Amino acid sequence: MIPSAGAAQAHPMQGPAIFLGSVLALIPLASVLTGQSHWVPLCTQIMIFALAALSLDLVLGIGGLVSFGHAALIGIGAYTTGILIKEGWGDTLLCLPLSMLVCACFAYVTGLVALKTRGVTFIMITLAFGQMIYFAAQSLYRYGGDDGLTLPKRATVLGQAFLNNKIVFYYLTLICLLLCLFAVMRIVQSRFGRVLLGARDNEIRMTALGYDVFRVRLKAYTISGMMAGLSGFLLANQTEFVSPAFASWQRSGDLIFMVILGGVGSLWGAVAGAFAFMLLEEGLSGLTENWKVIFGPLIIVFVLFSQGGLSRLLVLLHKDRGQGHG
Amino acid sequence: MVRCEVFMSLFAIQILNGLQLGLLMFMVAAGLTLVFGVMDFINLAHGVQYMIGAYLAAVMIALTGHYVVGLVLALIGVLLIGLLLEHVVFRPLYQRSHLDQVLATFGLILFLNQGVKMVFGASPLSVPIPSWFEGAVLLGDGILYPLYRFVIIAAGLIMALLLWLGVEKTRIGMQVRAGASHPDMLSALGVDVRRLFMLIFALGSVLAGFAGALAAPILSVEPGMGDQILILAFVVIVIGGIGSIRGAFAGALLVGLIDTLARSYMVDVLRLFTGAAAARGIANGLSSMFIYILMAIVLFLRPQGLFPARGRS
Repeated sequence: MIPSAGAAQAHPMQGPAIFLGSVLALIPLASVLTGQSHWVPLCTQIMIFALAALSLDLVLGIGGLVSFGHAALIGIGAYTTGILIKEGWGDTLLCLPLSMLVCACFAYVTGLVALKTRGVTFIMITLAFGQMIYFAAQSLYRYGGDDGLTLPKRATVLGQAFLNNKIVFYYLTLICLLLCLFAVMRIVQSRFGRVLLGARDNEIRMTALGYDVFRVRLKAYTISGMMAGLSGFLLANQTEFVSPAFASWQRSGDLIFMVILGGVGSLWGAVAGAFAFMLLEEGLSGLTENWKVIFGPLIIVFVLFSQGGLSRLLVLLHKDRGQGHG
Repeated sequence: MVRCEVFMSLFAIQILNGLQLGLLMFMVAAGLTLVFGVMDFINLAHGVQYMIGAYLAAVMIALTGHYVVGLVLALIGVLLIGLLLEHVVFRPLYQRSHLDQVLATFGLILFLNQGVKMVFGASPLSVPIPSWFEGAVLLGDGILYPLYRFVIIAAGLIMALLLWLGVEKTRIGMQVRAGASHPDMLSALGVDVRRLFMLIFALGSVLAGFAGALAAPILSVEPGMGDQILILAFVVIVIGGIGSIRGAFAGALLVGLIDTLARSYMVDVLRLFTGAAAARGIANGLSSMFIYILMAIVLFLRPQGLFPARGRS
């Protein structure tokens, strides 16, 4: 089902990831020097979605499980944070762990059910769970219902409003993203990650070897949910707004596209995919309000004619160059 | 006593509303389930056919000033657009993974929704109810039910019957059923599967478009109207069993009734606990959750659906 991504084997990715981190670390400086002050919030938002796409890639790329309800986890994280802030409990030390915990619990419980299914059924059952969260968010009448909830302020850190500073928030997001990226890379290299990859490629063989594939997948699904919860926390703080639309199935579709754009299973590719996706969206929507008319066909063309996404493209370029030298 | 009668006739109205929603969904789901079951193709853009049907009906009826002529022209338009999409976008995707199919048809939704918004604007179009179907039917105790909604129910039932006869009693229908359970065998026996695919696809498009055109006078015709019904149709076919017309029919009625009844009685139940405005706000979202809970339960307990296509496990 999933095109086997040769790039999924961990080590070649560390280089690009470090490169990515250093470039991103310099963005605020560049934005000050060039006077492009909108770069910082834009890149913050992109990194938040990159984090979400990365968490999806752990399930979709490494685990081979096409989850079509991943946006629900972002929604849950965002709503947990939003509700805590609204109720006056808005300290990061509470919001952040609790958002991740709630998401992990949701992923664990839904995973118990969903991971019993395979293939198309898995796509559909994750879609059903996603829709449940979408409509549950709509029914939160006290917290804005359909219209969403505008937050009075961002989460504080020990009572201090550190996160109101754009630059501080930018680096917080960057650190979260890089930590998660390295965590997922370590996971892939670990024994646990190998079993997960093995189960993607041949479930029967892994079972025959004595691994409890279901448990391994459930663990991965829960870790992924936790990371998505982190991105939900960041998103709620960045936009100072939460809405059911965060959890819509269209958003889940966007996340899948980011992962595929970057190359399924190549981790930093998910980050690159998120950047490509959001910058394309930003660029096209600056061009015309009907940007989706261009964006839709781009998706189709990409699916029809590309295999392996951006990361594959880079690997190929790299190879060509290597051959040229040799 | 009087209260009880009022309750009963209101209940009857909700049942009729549920039937009507269910039959509209059936017409969308029937095409989807065949395309999914026979071609193993996940077509997220199927809901777009419903939207296109509604828009074309709105335009053609306004242009010709005649309901039936407009409807027929709209259906021809839907058919042509469906065949064009099949040829250009879907055909290369048949052999691809489900992930690729989901993504490409997702791109198609973005394009067509926005395209419709560009051409017709974001505000909803209204379509008049045809003059012979205006008015209402008396349902005892002075409660009226619009005649046009009965027409939708009747049209849906006729379509279901025709489809059932076509699938169960004709030679082509036999091939379709065979395709849903054993596509490789069918092709090995010399049936032109590509032609069969195109036929199924055309049929599905026209059915979805017909549902959209029927719904146009009672719903708002707006961009994105297909998305919601698409997801509902997926719920329907998953509950009913992929590739099964019987399943789509039973699933559609079940989902239609549950959704409608939940929507109308949830408010009353919630009002016992909270204020009227809050009850309405909460009920709207909460009642929409029911069918997804049902879907998750069915998928978990019977992944093949309630009425799976014969020979398919």
